[in-house]
Amino acid sequence: MSSGAKTVAITSGKGGVGKTFVTANLAYALAARGQRVLVLDADLGLANLDVVLNLHPKLTLHDVFTEKCTLEQAILPAPGGFSVLLAGSGMVEYSRLTPEVRDKLLRIVDLVKPRFDWVLIDTGAGISDVVLYAVSLATDVLVVATPEPTSLTDAYATIKVLATQQQRRQVGLVLNQASRAGEGRVICTQLQTVLARFVDTSGNSFRLDLMGEVRSDPAVRQAILKRQLLLEQSPGTDAAQGLRALANKLIG
Amino acid sequence: MWESCQGCHPSIVTGAKALYAALSLKWALLDWFEPTRPPQPAQMTVSAPGPLPALRQLDLDRALQLLDQAGALLPDAEPYSLAWLQGVIDALADLSNRDPLTGLSNRRNFEMQLTREIDRVARSGEAALLLMLDIDHFKAVNDTHGHAAGDLVIKAVADAVAQAVRPMDTVARVGGEEFAVVLPNCSVSFGPTVAERIRANVAATAIAISPGQKLQVTVSLGGAFAPQWVRSSPLLWMERADRQLYRAKAEGRNRACLEPQVESVVSADEKSMLFAVIPEETP
Repeated sequence: MSSGAKTVAITSGKGGVGKTFVTANLAYALAARGQRVLVLDADLGLANLDVVLNLHPKLTLHDVFTEKCTLEQAILPAPGGFSVLLAGSGMVEYSRLTPEVRDKLLRIVDLVKPRFDWVLIDTGAGISDVVLYAVSLATDVLVVATPEPTSLTDAYATIKVLATQQQRRQVGLVLNQASRAGEGRVICTQLQTVLARFVDTSGNSFRLDLMGEVRSDPAVRQAILKRQLLLEQSPGTDAAQGLRALANKLIG
Repeated sequence: MWESCQGCHPSIVTGAKALYAALSLKWALLDWFEPTRPPQPAQMTVSAPGPLPALRQLDLDRALQLLDQAGALLPDAEPYSLAWLQGVIDALADLSNRDPLTGLSNRRNFEMQLTREIDRVARSGEAALLLMLDIDHFKAVNDTHGHAAGDLVIKAVADAVAQAVRPMDTVARVGGEEFAVVLPNCSVSFGPTVAERIRANVAATAIAISPGQKLQVTVSLGGAFAPQWVRSSPLLWMERADRQLYRAKAEGRNRACLEPQVESVVSADEKSMLFAVIPEETP
């Protein structure tokens, strides 16, 4: 559609469902397949990609916004051969979506697209205007959810807004912390049923696709506590396999 | 004018100076032979490097006749001067954007404005509203009072709609008794207000269709906001507004229906359905 990288927004209805964990490991899996990947931390209010990746960035998106450094300087290498553009602290002032912030984000995405195969946009949780805007910058969306009722309800609300307000035709679901194989399929079908019943998508045929299922695994918790990527730490686990499968499905 | 070329290679400057000199000479000669040519050599060097067309040979009869018939004012410059020709072209362009009966934008201009607005909204994220409206039971007006009265009604409705909106809004006649309004930078909370103002303004208009005979008509309106930050298409946007117009007609006419804003709240019904199976399936 447009030149350069495919842009994928990774979002969630509820915080704490593993959005950043999925994003970072997905970036690793894509990079392992020879893809040039940039993760843009667009969770402007509560950025924590640096924590997940155990990075101590000197330069962040904030410095680019305030013109303290160039975009070039703020794109940092992350363990596993992908690049990151971190939001960093001090971005709280951007957690409200002014036209200025919109313009800056749009410009940055346009600038990085020609240089990568994938730009993964890690958005905040929920349906605030910043999150919806960050999602709107991407051509594809992944909604991360866990099987918990609160997470599913919020994921449903997010998908509903994306389908109607942004008139998305397709949204991908990633079920994190699945307790058994096949749970992603069940939950995706359930969400599809409710969407078909309650969300008027007349005019555009809306599709929710199951894009990935990441099994609940003690190794995930260990990797997060050690601030390591699961795919590096425990590549043989079911969870790691699920993340690689997600990358493969995206590449197609 | 060469100061800005200080960074250029000297040969470029020399070359440009030579070209300018040559062209100046040419204009001087042309001035001698063709006095009606506009005396603006400095500007013309850039845009018209070839020989000047013999402007007087242009056949403008049809264009002038058209403008005269449409009651358009002809430009106030010397005939066949550049300014005058530009004025004729502008008047023709303006004419091709207008509906002859009402003077509103026609469908062509409306679609152009709609496309522009979509581009703007995709970039700025501002709310923009599209209203489609239709005169209620217009066929009955035509059948009862004749087509001349029908035309008067269309004109009066056009005026009433145009008076109810801001100058920056585009009011267009897009079909027989159908109108459309594009309202840039119109916030979601103002949508119902402006639609209702248009409806009320039309309903309150007494239309004189013959001496001593006045008529009142109503309109139904449908509206939809452009999806923010997302590039939609004119067709999709019009379809959404049209769907609301059908709803307004179905609900009894003389009313405005706007596309319901997205509810991000998940209802109890939705929740119960969402969890109807999952708790059993999840250990």
